[in-house]
Amino acid sequence: MSQEKKYGLIAEFETPGAVMHAAEKVRDEGFKHWDVITPFPVHGMDQAMGLNRSRVPLFTLVGGAIGFFGGMLMIWYMNAYDYPIVVGGKPMFSPMYAFPVSYELTILLAAFGTIIGMFLLNRLPMHYHPAMKHEAVARASDDRFYIIIESTDPRFEVKTATTMLKEIGGQNVTQLED
Amino acid sequence: MISLEETKSVNESLIREARPASVPRRKLVENDRDFNWITERVCGIVEGGTPTWWWVCLLVSGFVSLFTVIGTIYLIAAGVGVWGLSNPVNWGWAIVNFVFWIGIGHAGTLISAILCLLKQNWRTSINRAAEAMTIFAVVCAGIFPLIHVGRVWFAWWLFPIPNANEIWPQFRSPLLWDVFAVSTYGTVSLLFWYVGMIPDLATLRDRAKTRIRQVLYGFFAMGWRGSHRHWSNYEMAYLLLAGLATPLVLSVHTIVSFDFAVSLIPGWHTTIFPPYFVAGAIFSGFGMVLTIMLPLRSIYGLHDLITQYHIDCMCKITLATGSMVGYAYAIEFFIAWYGANDFESFAFINRAFGPYAWAYWIMITCNVISPQLFWFRKVRENPAAVWIICIFVNIGMWFERFVIVVTSLSRDFLPTSWGYYSPTVVDIMTYVGTFGIFTFLFLLFLRFLPLMAMAEIKAVTPQADPHHHDQGGSH
Repeated sequence: MSQEKKYGLIAEFETPGAVMHAAEKVRDEGFKHWDVITPFPVHGMDQAMGLNRSRVPLFTLVGGAIGFFGGMLMIWYMNAYDYPIVVGGKPMFSPMYAFPVSYELTILLAAFGTIIGMFLLNRLPMHYHPAMKHEAVARASDDRFYIIIESTDPRFEVKTATTMLKEIGGQNVTQLED
Repeated sequence: MISLEETKSVNESLIREARPASVPRRKLVENDRDFNWITERVCGIVEGGTPTWWWVCLLVSGFVSLFTVIGTIYLIAAGVGVWGLSNPVNWGWAIVNFVFWIGIGHAGTLISAILCLLKQNWRTSINRAAEAMTIFAVVCAGIFPLIHVGRVWFAWWLFPIPNANEIWPQFRSPLLWDVFAVSTYGTVSLLFWYVGMIPDLATLRDRAKTRIRQVLYGFFAMGWRGSHRHWSNYEMAYLLLAGLATPLVLSVHTIVSFDFAVSLIPGWHTTIFPPYFVAGAIFSGFGMVLTIMLPLRSIYGLHDLITQYHIDCMCKITLATGSMVGYAYAIEFFIAWYGANDFESFAFINRAFGPYAWAYWIMITCNVISPQLFWFRKVRENPAAVWIICIFVNIGMWFERFVIVVTSLSRDFLPTSWGYYSPTVVDIMTYVGTFGIFTFLFLLFLRFLPLMAMAEIKAVTPQADPHHHDQGGSH
């Protein structure tokens, strides 16, 4: 019974190289619900974990498109449709004069899209997570590297997973409370 | 016919011969410091006791910033007549200061965004402070056009909302483009800075000893835990923000220059303005980055993180952009002559030899001559000399904007409307006060937020490479 309450297993590694080679093995074992915790982005870890390309760019594109066309539409509505005023004999609407503002709005909304996308895809802010209850994991923001295998993974079984984590070089393999 | 195997072996021996000798790269972190040393050194600034000099500087800068506060209140109460503005010079120090401060900010974005895209790893130890500088410079810049509109209580007419008569803002004016450019710049710079800081805030949270620190750093760290699934999206987002900030920073000073270039005033109405303004902005910004970073480096003993290599790189960018600015000055003169427009050539001869010649030659000395000293390695290796040259650059770039704004306006098409502009004490005090505001904000940043991007610095150290310990590995 108590086993069902456990969040998973955590193992510690000392170098980026060690954790990456270990991650490659966890990936090859076929685990799906697992994670690597590192103090900085380790180059090549995406492939080592078998992650797909991030989907943040989609959010950026949508934000940018809304910014540009929204800006053009706004300026046309305000200066040429809702209350047209002749200024210096210039046309009521022209994409030329509307461009600088639409350009800035493209960048502004694309930046909003990027940040919203990053937070949504990462499910942040998340101020509670079982991994953060582990005392030693605070060093993951300093100089230590961790691999966590969650108990929800279909291939998860405490004994075999523990042995595997030890075999691939993990130290202080412990169970995480949920 | 040779077999595939043979081609392969021949190619490999050829490649081995043709491969250039590996050139040793300059170290970005000296003395082989480990990850923990970097964390301790950067967090130590925030976690250690408050130094006395910090309190002294904070009080002095707080006092100086009162000049801007009092100057602004007086201006709003009495009207723009308290400034030295009058016909024909209706854009005086306020606009000069606005362009000056906005330009300062540009180096921060250049370091964080453009150098990120160009994979210049040396940016990592200076980008955080440079971005902070950008944001505080934009804060100082934003004050001036706002109070310059005269009746500040109508400043909301600049926003895309209808006024009491249901009239919308007029988007054919470059001044309105400027509102959008500067506010977008401020917002995106702030977001970029904050997103870059999230992993470092998590480090501070994990090390926090007191409850209030745990709660505050914990809140702003958004629950970051260093998961690689997060890093993957985070790095993509960071790269995209860098990609967005690059065209942004180039467009902001372009649009600022449109304020001048789209008008018909001789000396303003030139197509060289956008690139020339952007180069000048980066030039002044690097001057300010070095002005700030050199003292910080020696106060906090950051010589292993901000190395001579970093200073060299920054000096060279200052030299390159300073030379571009000098070239632009020369081209302006050439075009004024080549364009065969009497008003245009008069405007330029008047700049160099008219009543404001003193300002013009201060500008030339500081901006064109002083950075040329960076050609010499001896100068670049002497922090005191670099610092003094950078002060000259800051002064020179302020004068550049003064020369552009004031000399052009004071000599219009008609001699009957000529005039000579002098600032009043309110002008001067309001400007001096912004240095107080800037320093005050920067000191707060220094005390409470991570001065350097720890995660990024760790990532560029040799031991961060996963293949660092594989000797002759397969990769």
